[in-house]
Amino acid sequence: MRLHPVSRLLLALAALALGINLVMPIWRIDLMAPQYPEGLFLQIFHDRFAGDIDKINGLNHYIGMAHIKDEMFPEFGIMRYAFYLLIAWGLVTALVGRRAVLLSWLFAIAAFIIWAVWDMYAWGYKYGHDLDPRAAIKVEGMAYQPPLIGHKQLLNFDAWSTPDVGGWALFCSSTIAAIIFTLEWRRSHRAAPRA
Amino acid sequence: MKRPLLFTTGTLTLAGLAFVLANSLPGCRPTTTQTVVTGDAASKVYVKPGTHDEFYNLVSGGFSGQLAVYGLPSGRLLREVPVFSVDPESGYGYSEESKGMLMTSHGFIPWDDSHHPEMSQTNGVPDGKWCFINGNNTPRIALIDLGTFRTHSIIEIPNSAGNHSSPFTTGNSEYVVAGTRFSVPMGEEAQRDVPISSYKETFKGTVSFIHPEPETGRMSIAFQIVTPAVDFDLSHAGKGPSEGWFFFSCYNTEQAYSLLEVNASQRDKDFIMAVNWKMAEQLAKEGKGKRVAGKHYSNWWNDKTHSSETTVIDDVLQLDPKEHPGLLYFMPCPKSPHGCDVDPTGKYIVGSGKLAALIPVFSFEKMQKAIAANEVEGDFAGIPVLKYESVLHGEVKKPGLGPLHTEFDANGNAYTSFFVSSEIVKWNVEKLEVVDRVPTYYSIGHLCVPGGDSKQPWGKYVIAYNKITKDRYLPTGPELTQSAQLYSIDGDKMELLLDFPTTGEPHYAQAIPADLVKPREVKFFKIEENQHPYVAKGEKESRVERKGNEVHVWMTSIRSHFAPDNIEGIKLGDEVYFHVTNLEQDWDVPHGFAIKGAANAELLIMPGETQTLKWVPTRVGVWPMYCTDFCSALHQEMQGYVRVSPANSTVPLKGETVSVDAGV
Repeated sequence: MRLHPVSRLLLALAALALGINLVMPIWRIDLMAPQYPEGLFLQIFHDRFAGDIDKINGLNHYIGMAHIKDEMFPEFGIMRYAFYLLIAWGLVTALVGRRAVLLSWLFAIAAFIIWAVWDMYAWGYKYGHDLDPRAAIKVEGMAYQPPLIGHKQLLNFDAWSTPDVGGWALFCSSTIAAIIFTLEWRRSHRAAPRA
Repeated sequence: MKRPLLFTTGTLTLAGLAFVLANSLPGCRPTTTQTVVTGDAASKVYVKPGTHDEFYNLVSGGFSGQLAVYGLPSGRLLREVPVFSVDPESGYGYSEESKGMLMTSHGFIPWDDSHHPEMSQTNGVPDGKWCFINGNNTPRIALIDLGTFRTHSIIEIPNSAGNHSSPFTTGNSEYVVAGTRFSVPMGEEAQRDVPISSYKETFKGTVSFIHPEPETGRMSIAFQIVTPAVDFDLSHAGKGPSEGWFFFSCYNTEQAYSLLEVNASQRDKDFIMAVNWKMAEQLAKEGKGKRVAGKHYSNWWNDKTHSSETTVIDDVLQLDPKEHPGLLYFMPCPKSPHGCDVDPTGKYIVGSGKLAALIPVFSFEKMQKAIAANEVEGDFAGIPVLKYESVLHGEVKKPGLGPLHTEFDANGNAYTSFFVSSEIVKWNVEKLEVVDRVPTYYSIGHLCVPGGDSKQPWGKYVIAYNKITKDRYLPTGPELTQSAQLYSIDGDKMELLLDFPTTGEPHYAQAIPADLVKPREVKFFKIEENQHPYVAKGEKESRVERKGNEVHVWMTSIRSHFAPDNIEGIKLGDEVYFHVTNLEQDWDVPHGFAIKGAANAELLIMPGETQTLKWVPTRVGVWPMYCTDFCSALHQEMQGYVRVSPANSTVPLKGETVSVDAGV
């Protein structure tokens, strides 16, 4: 049984919505401290960082964190292909209209999210722990790994890690796809006895 | 006419005596702060910590030569902008780049006496772009950019002495004016070397019209009008119906050149001079003037090279009003007029005879009619004098003693300061009736209402700038603080809200809503736009080079180190130029630079800027240098050494910043 035409249309839109990640930031980290009332922020795009990266690097040098530079992240070179693939996969799903293909797309998105989260955690861990032993400020037992999601206190800074527009698009698309899958599954199971 | 003079002198003496008595007998004070300040004054001037004031108040520094910036209604001092006087804390006037700002035809002049701030205007309303201020002693006008709160341009005024009647602006800041206080002989050298007693024959006055270029703020003298020898005091532009005219008060029409106190107070009336500047502009355009000797400097600050640029001009275009009837008229004004203020409608001109016991208000419409009907009472050195009665709107009778200056609100009221009777008097311009009066502590000079000399006063407050503080503040030896007083003018009665101390000696001031200035603020200079010839746009570009006995150091500063911070190979007899670039690109992170034995000053370098300190070592040794502006938790580590060797030394020249690893 094919997916309902409305489901297919929604899936196509959900797939295209992933394209937002190619132009808008995916994630953001906000930093607040008494002497930065206006706040500092870092945005992660699919291919680069944006925001107050120079100021953050300037501050991080006191605690011996490595300078954050785009070139150090090979992910920035390949992430666009991951999005191309996910978008194409979603459009094919809508076109073919088979539940199995939809399921495979859901798994693909889930795999991407797990990889992205793990990757971000790994980088965060590396940056937060691999500190220059000659750093000016050393706090016993202190690591500066940013929060994966949510809030964390890092010395005088309150750090927040939250999805940006792209992240929310990814969240919405995958949620819509999952709901459609559930509804379609129910529909087919209700329809089966009658068939 | 001896009796009126006697009468006035008598009144003045009595008033003075009353003043002295009132101040020396504490028990007999007629009014004190306690009786004047009402209960809720504090809440009206309270600006919560972390919140901003509603108005900027730009106040002249007087003999400090600078411009002070306060917030209103709190009266908090925010900044002192170096203008005409050197400022060792920032290096203004000491750094190689900024020395040029204070160059004049008399050489480098490191000080002046600044009196009258005036905001630039658009359509007759202050626009928050620039603030002009006059240098009184070595005649100059400065333009302060309100995006950086720095002196951006200074022009010298030739054929002028005592630039007091300045720098008031036309409605779109096409021109700011400079009227000479002292008349002087002018022209070529031989024409200037004359006996002082030949004042009447050889001395002349001038009023100059200076044009600031709208884009760059660079200033030039468009034309200069030669006038009979008098002393010009203050001025204001016409607006609305009187747009195109400029009014200058003048005293010493007695043409005295000695003991002016007495000799220049003889005539019953002096003049308000009306200038048809639109006509003058046209004449200048048509080439009707003639170029007369008048060497002057025009200095301009280039925000891209972070350096001053100086242009020297040898002459000036002068217009002779005797050749151009209709250019100048005199209106008689009682007793040595001081303030010369035009109301917001542009219909009335208020003259304030500082020895008078009344305020004459002139009507522009009547002035035009008197000119058309040729209602003149004679001429003064060839310039027509209009009949007093023909040009007078009316007189405010018995307003107080010693009127000096007038500002306006948007409701048809004028506020005049009275030096001798030490008060502000509010009166209705149309009806010429006194509405309210309030004492000032003590002896007010200028006063200021936000937008109060423009087409559109914002009102709300009047600020008094006092000449005497006596017992108002904690005493600090023979010299006491200068002060301002803030009054509310929202209600029917003026209400004293606050005293606040001021720097230098405040003369005139301007106030403007903060919202018109705040969006202009420059937070830092973009390093990629820095075109300084000795900029180092990164530590990799830092280096040391020798050119004969000059050693140039391309130095960078970033939290918290200099590069290079170890310099060797400098020899006695060398002149060392530290070109320090602040690499920071964030707001509020200046770095300082100081080196032991520097005979000039320190530097304060804004983010993205390059400034140069010249240092001539006088002894062999190792000299410390450090950052003087607390920049980070490691500010105290921001330091380095310069090694100076004997003149015949062979120590190679090098500059480096050494990492500990490299040394181990």
